[in-house]
Amino acid sequence: MDSITSAASVVAAGLAVGLGAIGPGLGQGNAAQGAVEGIARQPEAEGKIRGTLLLSFAFMESLTIYGLVVALVLLFANPFS
Amino acid sequence: MANWKYQTTWAGILTSWILLGALLVFISLGTKKMENDPKGLQNLLEFLWDYIRDLARTQIGEKVYRDWMPFIGTLFLFVFVSNWGGALIPWGLIKLPSGELGAPTADINTTIALALLVSLSYFYAGLSNKGWRYFEYYVHPTPIMLPFKILEDFTKPLSLSFRLFGNILADELVVGVLVFLVPLILPIPVMFLGLFTSAIQALIFATLAAYYIGEAVEEHH
Repeated sequence: MDSITSAASVVAAGLAVGLGAIGPGLGQGNAAQGAVEGIARQPEAEGKIRGTLLLSFAFMESLTIYGLVVALVLLFANPFS
Repeated sequence: MANWKYQTTWAGILTSWILLGALLVFISLGTKKMENDPKGLQNLLEFLWDYIRDLARTQIGEKVYRDWMPFIGTLFLFVFVSNWGGALIPWGLIKLPSGELGAPTADINTTIALALLVSLSYFYAGLSNKGWRYFEYYVHPTPIMLPFKILEDFTKPLSLSFRLFGNILADELVVGVLVFLVPLILPIPVMFLGLFTSAIQALIFATLAAYYIGEAVEEHH
């Protein structure tokens, strides 16, 4: 791999995870806020809210994971090397 | 795309067969002497059965969920056992001439195969339940949706396989990096977090598969 390709790949891998973490971070914050408000209003529904919250967290998390997959492909299975 | 070669991944196939065998032994032990008052293993299996039935019923609907419950249950159990088996069994002790053993779901081939199975089955579910009327789904609210619905058929298996693969691989990598930096005690909580997320990923995989099948068999009016 020539040095310009490897440098670009490393920068792109960092950006893929870093930028990909912004959106899901905001989303998870919003979801957690909603869940806390829900529990404060209705403490008896805590179990149900927690289950739904964790499930939706995992959905949001997978968006960052897509970025991670792209980063891993760039670092370990680079198609342009 | 110069040097992407086709590689057989014997390690993933080997571990998935071992884990499938363990699952088979576990379930046949639990269902050997069935009693009216379930206890021990039978109790656990009945709890699992209830859980999978509820999952399939809420996503697919009362009418056809029975046809698809075995498929959803198999997906859930296989993904769950693969994730946990990869994390809990010390595969590193077994040395192989090439490659290394680990969770079968940390191998992109396994997850793509599972996702394509899901794709095939929701097409089959739609076509067998509604015949050619299944394709009404593509133009359902308006025909403008047609290109997006067709694109969705490709993004569904892509996101399904990458989500599972990425999550399990990320768990393994994070634990690997932490063990490399601090070999003692500190990786343990992260390992528990990994177990937790792998269980949730198995649940998500099964839920989404059931949701796609439910979407295909749903009647539009």
